[in-house]
Amino acid sequence: MPTLFEKIRDRHVVTAREDGNVLLYIDRQLIHEVTSPQAFEGLRLAGRSVRRPGAMLAVPDHNVPTTPDRAERIDDRESREQIEELRKNALGAGVALYDITDPRQGIVHIIGPESGLVQPGITIVCGDSHTGTLGAFGTIAFGVGTSEVEHVLATQTLWQNMPRRMRVMVNGALRSLVTPKDVILAVIAKIGPSGGTGYAIEFAGETIRRMSMEGRMTVCNMTIEAGARFGLIAPDEITFAYLKGRPLAPPPSLWDAAVADWKTLPSDPDATWDREVAFDASNLEPHVTWGTSPQDALPVGGVVPDPEAQPDRSERARMRRALEYMGLVPGTRLTAIPVDKVFIGSCTNARIEDLRAAAAVAKGRKVHASVTALVVPGSGLVKRQAEEEGLDRVFVEAGFQWRLPGCSMCLGMNPDRLKPGERCASTSNRNFEGRQGPGGRTHLMSPAMAAAAAVSGRIADVREVAR
Amino acid sequence: MIEKFMSLNTVGVPLDRGNVDTDAIIPARYLKTLKRTGLGVGLFFAWRYDMDGKEQPDFPLNRPSFRGGKVLVAWENFGCGSSREHAVWALMDFGFRAVIAPSFSDIFHNNCLKNGMLPVTLPAAAVRSLIDALLAAPGGKVEVDLAGQTVTGPNGDIHAFGVASFAKTCLIEGLDEIARTLASAAEIDRYERERKKATPWLFLDLAG
Repeated sequence: MPTLFEKIRDRHVVTAREDGNVLLYIDRQLIHEVTSPQAFEGLRLAGRSVRRPGAMLAVPDHNVPTTPDRAERIDDRESREQIEELRKNALGAGVALYDITDPRQGIVHIIGPESGLVQPGITIVCGDSHTGTLGAFGTIAFGVGTSEVEHVLATQTLWQNMPRRMRVMVNGALRSLVTPKDVILAVIAKIGPSGGTGYAIEFAGETIRRMSMEGRMTVCNMTIEAGARFGLIAPDEITFAYLKGRPLAPPPSLWDAAVADWKTLPSDPDATWDREVAFDASNLEPHVTWGTSPQDALPVGGVVPDPEAQPDRSERARMRRALEYMGLVPGTRLTAIPVDKVFIGSCTNARIEDLRAAAAVAKGRKVHASVTALVVPGSGLVKRQAEEEGLDRVFVEAGFQWRLPGCSMCLGMNPDRLKPGERCASTSNRNFEGRQGPGGRTHLMSPAMAAAAAVSGRIADVREVAR
Repeated sequence: MIEKFMSLNTVGVPLDRGNVDTDAIIPARYLKTLKRTGLGVGLFFAWRYDMDGKEQPDFPLNRPSFRGGKVLVAWENFGCGSSREHAVWALMDFGFRAVIAPSFSDIFHNNCLKNGMLPVTLPAAAVRSLIDALLAAPGGKVEVDLAGQTVTGPNGDIHAFGVASFAKTCLIEGLDEIARTLASAAEIDRYERERKKATPWLFLDLAG
């Protein structure tokens, strides 16, 4: 009667402590340039080495510019140094590196699955809170701090307590132009930004089962926005088909054994849960956020809410502050909010399906004269596939900028960022104050909705734009 | 290597906000450092300073009566969002050694313990009384006793808190967790040998 999480955990216990914490073996670690320099420095200072370099993969993504000349010049000295430090650390330790000129370079959570190294039943960590993305493959995948990055480099293990078990059951067929992004925004709005704290959340139900791996990754990606470090989905034929033949997937000689193993992983029918949430997706509408927390999502047909109608004192204060920061007035129709920038990208929504969905809306239309719109593929391989499908031409003809892969405008660490007061329709995952640049204002939404905003010059209902 | 945690008796700094995310604690542009030190300059940057770089006089960290405080008191879900350990490094570099809140994000909570910073979870009513007392009489002291697991507010009210026994030992003794884990190296070796037989595809070198 164990859950998927418990089955994976049980097979990774190296030893246990009296307090119930276990030393969990970590099969794989992904490394990026921002949260790893101090970990490698810590190893050096202590005279330690990387225990299993072959279980690691490093990639620069947060700092990299997305403009074509980036291989020749990165103007920001600190960004350049951080990328150089990653290169030095990876090469020095014998860790695989998808460097800035490598066609496989991209956002860490996108290149991991793409390479085939993320497989059902594994434990995998990265010094990045969106590592939960990889739970879409039926893994224990979670974000850690730099001290734990160092711990995994040195020992290939981490001490862990047992999270509580939550199942979010999503049922109902999604309507046309309603996407996995809308599902997860609505789920976060329902359970709140800390509703998942202390939990591993398994997403189940027919809506999830029907999703592609890309869609499942979008759902698991934002689990952390509900407070949960772990989001998981049981592996199935869709998972196996995605993995088969990828460079770092099990080779043909081991494939059948691997699949047979993976099929034993799903939660038992009589598994027990500490909390269960049911979610009906059949009437779900495209969602957008109005505030400064991912929980602030509403159907696009709605209006900016009124804090004064909120009975809870601290929530009222939070909403007032959010509206002040966002420069919004209660009662304003969401579709009346103009945007200055549109960002299609990030570990949430920069996979090929996301670009296809955005391109379908952009095709034959023009980016509004008052809008600057960026499309940033999640990896070099996504970029290449999109170009083979002609999506780049669709975007460029519509007036979007077609960029090189990286985290880009998700987080304000590289040249792509908002100016104070600028308002952005964004497919990323966080609308925190200043997230996309100091004073920037973020409205989260799906790629199709972001494309609709780009051509409309304001937040728009993609179902009306695409009609 | 973590710093040993001693008991504190220091000015309490109230931050009357919930869901304080790590982007607010330390904006991404300060994450380009290769070091753990010096991050205090960016702590709560967007709240401490206006767009012209002038201090916001009303922000608690800027008010003279709260300067030098080592205990921050805030609302629920403190440290949510990004996993950046820089958030803890920034708080510590600025001088904080403990944060009191009704709840913390899991990753931030973990990151605190790795660095000798004490996250204290207290019921919302206790946090309310601490924040109200600190706002009513700025400069009031808060005592945090890790050994006895109590917080004493400026009014003398005492609040007990829980802490995992292992974390408590690590905080008090300043233990190097990696060294402790490496003491189990033989068990890690044994695990790897068995696992390699059961799931050989997980031992293919990612470097090819």
